[in-house]
Amino acid sequence: MRTDRGSWGKVISGGLIFGGAAAFVSLAGMVEALGVREIVIGVIDLGRLLLLLIGLGAGYQAARRGIGGALTALARGLLAGAAAGVGLSALLVLASVVNLRGMFINASPTLLEIISFGRGTAGVPLVIAAGAVAGALGAVATLLPGAVRGPLGAGVTVTIVVGLFQELLQIILQEGGIRSAIRQFIFVPEGLPPRGALGVFLVVLVVSAVWRSRQPVVRGWILKRPPPQQRLVRLLGLLLAVAVALLLPLAGGLFISQVLVLVGLYTLMGLGLNLEVGFAGLLDLGFVAFFAIGAYTVGLLTSTGQYGIAHWSFWAAMPVALVVSLIAGFLFGLPILRIRGDYLAIATLGFGEIIRLLALSEALRPWFGGSQGVLFVPKPIIGGFEFSGPAQIYYITLASSVLIAFVAARLRDSRLGRAWMAMREDEDVAEAMGINLVNVKLLAYGIGGAFAGMGGAIFAVLLGSIFPHSFSLLISINVLALIIVGGMGSLPGVVVGSLFLVGLPELLREFSDFRFLVYGAALIIMMQVKPEGLWPAAMVRRELHKEEPVGVVAEEPAAVERVEA
Amino acid sequence: MGILTSHQLTKRFGGLIALSQLDLDVAERSIHSIIGPNGAGKTTYFNCVTGFYRAEEGRTFFNGQAIDTLTPDRITHLGTARTYQNIRLFANMTCLENILVGMHPHLKSSWVGAILGTPRTRQDEEQAHTEALRLLQFVGLRGKGDFLARNLPYGEQRRLEIARALASRPKLLLLDEPTAGMNPRESLDTMAFIRRLRDELGITILLIEHNMRVVMGISEIVTVLDFGEKIAEGPPEQIRSDPRVIEAYLGTRRVAGVGA
Repeated sequence: MRTDRGSWGKVISGGLIFGGAAAFVSLAGMVEALGVREIVIGVIDLGRLLLLLIGLGAGYQAARRGIGGALTALARGLLAGAAAGVGLSALLVLASVVNLRGMFINASPTLLEIISFGRGTAGVPLVIAAGAVAGALGAVATLLPGAVRGPLGAGVTVTIVVGLFQELLQIILQEGGIRSAIRQFIFVPEGLPPRGALGVFLVVLVVSAVWRSRQPVVRGWILKRPPPQQRLVRLLGLLLAVAVALLLPLAGGLFISQVLVLVGLYTLMGLGLNLEVGFAGLLDLGFVAFFAIGAYTVGLLTSTGQYGIAHWSFWAAMPVALVVSLIAGFLFGLPILRIRGDYLAIATLGFGEIIRLLALSEALRPWFGGSQGVLFVPKPIIGGFEFSGPAQIYYITLASSVLIAFVAARLRDSRLGRAWMAMREDEDVAEAMGINLVNVKLLAYGIGGAFAGMGGAIFAVLLGSIFPHSFSLLISINVLALIIVGGMGSLPGVVVGSLFLVGLPELLREFSDFRFLVYGAALIIMMQVKPEGLWPAAMVRRELHKEEPVGVVAEEPAAVERVEA
Repeated sequence: MGILTSHQLTKRFGGLIALSQLDLDVAERSIHSIIGPNGAGKTTYFNCVTGFYRAEEGRTFFNGQAIDTLTPDRITHLGTARTYQNIRLFANMTCLENILVGMHPHLKSSWVGAILGTPRTRQDEEQAHTEALRLLQFVGLRGKGDFLARNLPYGEQRRLEIARALASRPKLLLLDEPTAGMNPRESLDTMAFIRRLRDELGITILLIEHNMRVVMGISEIVTVLDFGEKIAEGPPEQIRSDPRVIEAYLGTRRVAGVGA
């Protein structure tokens, strides 16, 4: 049992850690750089928002872990927030005593001004007070009932997103009667004014609250319909999703299309790696190899440049790319059949690098073009229509993703899919069940590789040229991270994961300096808060089978005393 | 010659001899027990038969076919199935899925067929589901098909493991301590259940068991191992009074109920 004093000590030390984190992101230059983006004009910018969120987080975690009533929780949040404020203030005090810029280039006067509300060391009490208020707010968030917290959270989140992407939204809402009317209602040319922010917040709040109260009714109503009508509802939902997917690049313009194509390519790779890691439990850190193989196959088969060997059309080359990466998967699997766990990760890591280095090598230059790459990969053409840019290639990506997701779903529910899952759970027992491990492993690598090869094929025509340096280890890591964030073994999770880890950073490109800092932090927070992923695989199953008891605790065989002993 | 025969089987781990020139013959449709103190080589023998270990010397035949060099999955395809001393279910899969995995050897649908959703595949899957549900009912787990295996209570996990083994339609079932951790009442149920497997499904049963009441109650033949060697073999009544068996167990001073 923790003593009360120890518990309060933990609140303070926890708050100080958050304060340290705030000081860290400040010194890393994030606060100042993000401060350029105003979320709500004249009220808050992204840098200050970040600090505020850290304060909220401090209060939230302190209040959530405590025992006791609402007041105790509030006090804990307040204290933790204040401690975070103290942690950040330490930076201010330190900066006034020594010249931090010698060591930390980002410790600029502007930064200190942002942190101290423009008052220097005199701002310390203010910082602590602000921290305490933020912490208390974070604590309040834990105390609110779900019916209030949900809509409030939705309102704040959407407002922030609207403010963050105001430029993009304004472009989308530029033309047309109703669209420009919405724009004029929410935005001013410079961004999101307080009036617009409040409007957005309130609308989302109301909509979310109404939806929350009506959702069970609607769902119940749908479930009471006869099956054909239920299917119709599902079909309508699907059609709506398809319509949105089809219209996105038209509404969003070139930049959005580019981002979406990238998301699509990562989705394809994610689906492939998900098959290997999520379904079959085979860790693979060299996954980019298949992407490269797909890209080079299409590049070499279609290029009109000096390395082109066949001048085929994209449509003829794409199936070949699929088959080549499938075979590459088989060959890739052969030497590592008997390797398990951590060793597998290292072995696959090597494979990814080998492919990249082969493409880069001088010896193979006459065939693969070395570091100069393969140029002049023509765009796909279908009946006179040229898929000339991202906005058009997006549709190829979309169609491929849908197709591949469908194939993955079919495989998951098949005999092979069950064999993969059994192997993931316990390789020895799976073998004893009559599963030929060699076959199913090679199929996992092969099919997973083919999915990535498809992505690579599209990547080749997207860029129109292929360079070895495009296929770095980082891509393998990115793909692995996105399926972890999305939810291992979950197909929708792959899409969600690539939207979050690929789409979002692309949209916030100007902060690319901090991309990996945020990336790392996001992964750590994710593993702490929601290790099963944003869209876990089992959720669907639980929805389908309501009778499954959630609270049943597994009885450990080891814990059962042997009667005979 | 019985359904499972081993000749002069020897298995060493470094300097340790786990099985020493073991001769064993399991008659078809019999219930045959292997007993012995801890470390006698009982589970090692199971692992040799199912292909997890390779014996250094000697041969093993299943249904007249040598299986010494086969991989575990091939041996399962021939018609053997086993359970484990410490239950090894696919914990994060549902009960139904566990059984469907067990059916793997006699499902024929290919992965291409699965992608295309061919009528054959569908029919295959439907039949498999029906049979899996029937098996669940047979082991008394009706209606629990969608439960995750890890959420089942201990006794039901044991039964699910047997159902999974049965799903491959084995001719020979190897049970490793099927009543471990059960109370006397549950042990009795399990005994009756094992007898049913033999009588109704015609499956030959080879089991490792520590619970002497179970062993003496259902076995037709008992083989006693000690330090990897067979020290006695015969019907339960004979084994009970065998001086060498009593001697082997003397270290624990208890003949009836040598546990873990």
